[in-house]
Amino acid sequence: MTTSPTTSTMALIEGHKPITPASGIPVWDIDPYDVELLRDPSAYYAKLRELGEVVYIPRYSVLAVGRYEITRKVFSDHENFLSSRGVGLNDFKLEDPWRPPSIILEVDQPEHTRTRKVMSRALSPKVVKGFADLFRETADTLVDQLLAKGTIEAVTDLAEAFPTTVFPKAVGMKDVNPRHLVDYGAMVFNAVGPDNALRREAMSHAGEIVPWINAACTRDRLTEDGLGAMVYASAEDGTLTEAEAGMLVRSFLSAGVDTTVTGIGNALWCLSQNPEQWQALKRDPSLIRPAFEEVLRYTSPVHTFGRTAGGATEIAGFPVEEGTKVLCVLGAANMDPDKWGDPEVFRIDRKPVGHVAFGAGIHGCVGQNIARGELEAVLGALIEKVDRIEPAGEAVWRPGNAIRALDRLPITLIPN
Amino acid sequence: MVKVTYVAHDGTRTELDGDPGDSVMSLAIAQGIDGIVGECGGSMMCATCHCYVDEDWAETAGPRMDGEEDMLESAACEVTERSRLSCQIKLTEALDGLVVHLPEEQV
Repeated sequence: MTTSPTTSTMALIEGHKPITPASGIPVWDIDPYDVELLRDPSAYYAKLRELGEVVYIPRYSVLAVGRYEITRKVFSDHENFLSSRGVGLNDFKLEDPWRPPSIILEVDQPEHTRTRKVMSRALSPKVVKGFADLFRETADTLVDQLLAKGTIEAVTDLAEAFPTTVFPKAVGMKDVNPRHLVDYGAMVFNAVGPDNALRREAMSHAGEIVPWINAACTRDRLTEDGLGAMVYASAEDGTLTEAEAGMLVRSFLSAGVDTTVTGIGNALWCLSQNPEQWQALKRDPSLIRPAFEEVLRYTSPVHTFGRTAGGATEIAGFPVEEGTKVLCVLGAANMDPDKWGDPEVFRIDRKPVGHVAFGAGIHGCVGQNIARGELEAVLGALIEKVDRIEPAGEAVWRPGNAIRALDRLPITLIPN
Repeated sequence: MVKVTYVAHDGTRTELDGDPGDSVMSLAIAQGIDGIVGECGGSMMCATCHCYVDEDWAETAGPRMDGEEDMLESAACEVTERSRLSCQIKLTEALDGLVVHLPEEQV
């Protein structure tokens, strides 16, 4: 086996170049991927913000930002902080990633613009409105079934059940395997962390899942009328190659299931913990969409994504060397009191425009409209049919390298 | 300081002071203008900050950004040649006095 000159002369940390932080940057010896911390990150978020505009974490030799303004700035500064070198700890320029890089998530301008346009057209608010009936009918049926059960485990019974039913239909997948879809999301999102137990466990399913995912994205495994077909249509007009279309369909499956599962679970947790907010939502259904934005701000389903300094640059006046990995702790930014005033309070009428749960800038979540459409359907069905949502046991969080989701959420749905 | 006047669908005029670099959307959100939602926060992923640039300002406000046209197709109200996504209009000194008209609804 031969090694390239780059890797033979430099010891990498988690697949990226170790850095010497500029003097003056606070140093914090912590593991932001520790499972206990990930179960309840609020103290970590607060300390990260308190330490400064930017913090050096020696364990992984990375910088981290968590205050709102600087996090939003760095995360959306696609000129200086690249996505093409991976949005996790591995630097794709130095080591090959575990799968071929995404041609929308892990790519910079100008290449990004071409694929982004295809996806934002396929996932526009107008297209999503076309799925409103499918989403709502599915939600109505599901909620009726769950009401018959009374006490449910909401992660499996509702948060996973809904997206794994509607999303493959929206994409137009002929092959349906809810478990594979959820587990593939877990792989993609845990892969952006360090080589820890979470990542290794998620990756242990790769041999079985990756071939299934790749096969499910091919043109002959998609119907003629779904989002997948819309993407493949761009291969016909020459915007994309057929292989690129398949890669973008893969992006639907990477980013479209685990995230919405988390969004629904987190919403149910927020509303079961805050019965007065649930009642307020029942009184005023026009708050459904703002309520979901508040769930996103309050729980940050994607808590951390990274960027890589493409050249020598700066953060908050501190020099930053080329190849520096920067953790953008979106969860901390969404709880910054300097931005939100009373971030610890869950208020469905806050209308937190500018939260970074969907990111910001040119890489802002391209599927955000479909996420909103799914939540609107689920919350709409719930407020119509359910009088109260009561906790029926302890809610357990599932640590993840990028996603903060519930593992178990026992609740009782009390009908009207 | 850059003055922007928002004319609601019912004709109500609200004048706000913004800073260069703010967007017409972000200024409206910060000051609680009802007729702009800005659901996606300015990523050009929704069409809930739709506005009509007053004809006197059309030229100064400049052309639509790359991708804006696509997203305007999802606007809730009629799209005219003066339609813009207000998140894509960044305030400059040259826009001091800008007037934008708001549609009847955004969603």
